[in-house]
Amino acid sequence: MALEFFVNLCYLLGAIGFVWGLRLLSSPDSARRGNILAGIGMGLAIVAAMVSPMSGASNNYGWIVGGMIIGGLIGYLSAKRIKMTAMPQMVSVFNGLGGACAVVLAYVELIPYYATESSMSTGELGMVMFALLIGGVSFTGSLLAFGKLEGIVSDNALVLPKHHIVNIIMMLASFGLGAYLTISGQSAGIVLGTLFMVLALIYGVSFVVPIGGADMPVVISLLNSFTGLSAAATGLIYNNQFMLVGGILVGASGTILTVLMCNAMNRSLLNVLIGGFGGGGATAQAKARGEQVAKEVSLNDAAIMLYYSRSVMVVPGYGLAVAQAQKVCKELDDLLESNGVDVKYAIHPVAGRMPGHMNVLLAEADVPYPKLLDLEDANDALKNTDVAVIVGANDVVNPAAEDDPGSPIYGMPVLKVWEAKNVIVIKRSMSAGYAGIQNQLFFHERNRMLFGDAKAAMGNLVTEIKGLG
Amino acid sequence: METFFQFFNDQLILIYLLLFTIILGFEVISKVPTVLHTPLMSGANAISGVVIIGAIILLRQAKPDDYLTLSLGFLGVILGMINVMGGFVVTDRMLEMFKKKKR
Repeated sequence: MALEFFVNLCYLLGAIGFVWGLRLLSSPDSARRGNILAGIGMGLAIVAAMVSPMSGASNNYGWIVGGMIIGGLIGYLSAKRIKMTAMPQMVSVFNGLGGACAVVLAYVELIPYYATESSMSTGELGMVMFALLIGGVSFTGSLLAFGKLEGIVSDNALVLPKHHIVNIIMMLASFGLGAYLTISGQSAGIVLGTLFMVLALIYGVSFVVPIGGADMPVVISLLNSFTGLSAAATGLIYNNQFMLVGGILVGASGTILTVLMCNAMNRSLLNVLIGGFGGGGATAQAKARGEQVAKEVSLNDAAIMLYYSRSVMVVPGYGLAVAQAQKVCKELDDLLESNGVDVKYAIHPVAGRMPGHMNVLLAEADVPYPKLLDLEDANDALKNTDVAVIVGANDVVNPAAEDDPGSPIYGMPVLKVWEAKNVIVIKRSMSAGYAGIQNQLFFHERNRMLFGDAKAAMGNLVTEIKGLG
Repeated sequence: METFFQFFNDQLILIYLLLFTIILGFEVISKVPTVLHTPLMSGANAISGVVIIGAIILLRQAKPDDYLTLSLGFLGVILGMINVMGGFVVTDRMLEMFKKKKR
């Protein structure tokens, strides 16, 4: 009796640890404590699961502790060793493994069930199918997302002709088979059950195939929410309220982030999933290519412009991450600040490849977070900014989103950098961004191009400005 | 329809828990600022490792000679633990970097 009380208390405190931890995560000052609190909650629940009274259980503690040590070591070492720039990949992999765990647990329920050694209610069977489906999609989808972010798989690889139709068929087939298996009970057999799991795993790949580049933050948040929901479904199978609460919280956070990311691009989730951009882009592109010439700026002129300005707004994008230019960016920031220039950063919600990507990158370079402005604040501040410096961003600063109804990104909230007195775009070439459309900003009267790799170009600017002082 | 009514009446507490957790989750998380989106996602990701609890229960209930269940449960514990440990450690590493003051 006392043991059962202790176990239930641990689960209860663990669930409170999750909720409170997530709450503390909503402020930068308390976020670290929040994460630790959620970790403690998980620890309590693991202890509870280990000691909870079970009649006739053979415990197998050797297997459990062995697995925990192996998994713990792998997780700990990879989390400690990973470079900060590879963070989106790492989060994807961890997420995928959680989904895989849910698939394993659900499948294990099916083996004795179809061998008629155990029984399940229709509701439980439905939960098993649900966990298999979204756990499976989350597993292989996350691994493919990892491959894309790591650059192993190119964004356009594996795309079939009419891929969205293939995806719709696969989705309907998955739901159909899942529903059939739920209704038909034990008569369906393990072969069909296994086939369903395989279908879910294939669908996960097919689901992520057409999504790439700037849409990555959406799909990563969505897969995150899938893993949470599969964990919640597993909680229902095991009749464990703690797993249910944990899974639902993750599902909610993933859903919120997904919606935020979609809103930031002014696109519906469906549009992102089908692989939206393209098509209409061609006309806008053709129009932009006229006899327009973008004006170039010399390194020296750019340095002088920055050195004698009062305020500078840096607009980072995925290019900053690719070039690993965050440290030199901070160096430039320090140098300008020491000369009395006010330096701020404008962060677009979908800049980078995961939600908040730029924030983590700049935090790694020790940029204090109050210097990072979100979309609204940045747009207010840009009106009074002397120089806006665009580093590796493209679509999020494209004026076509405001004034060209024919553009595929029309209506997407963007950073209005052209309202600053001067704009410098640091870019390797004139190529288009992820959306595949030319950027009118490059030809804007107030814009100057500084061609070069982000890291090298900013390094040169630092040297040049030092020479001025 | 009868079965649905029956289910609803029997599982009322569970349905309360489900709905309240959904509402609570949305309320708590919708306040997170852009700066913290990545740590939130990563922290939530670690929490989704709760599936490990299921894997532990599965292993404890498995018969000592049922090697299929034992190995699948073992795999489940490893996968879940990578998710939990990796998730929390990576989130902590990120949050460690978020500082307010300069140096």
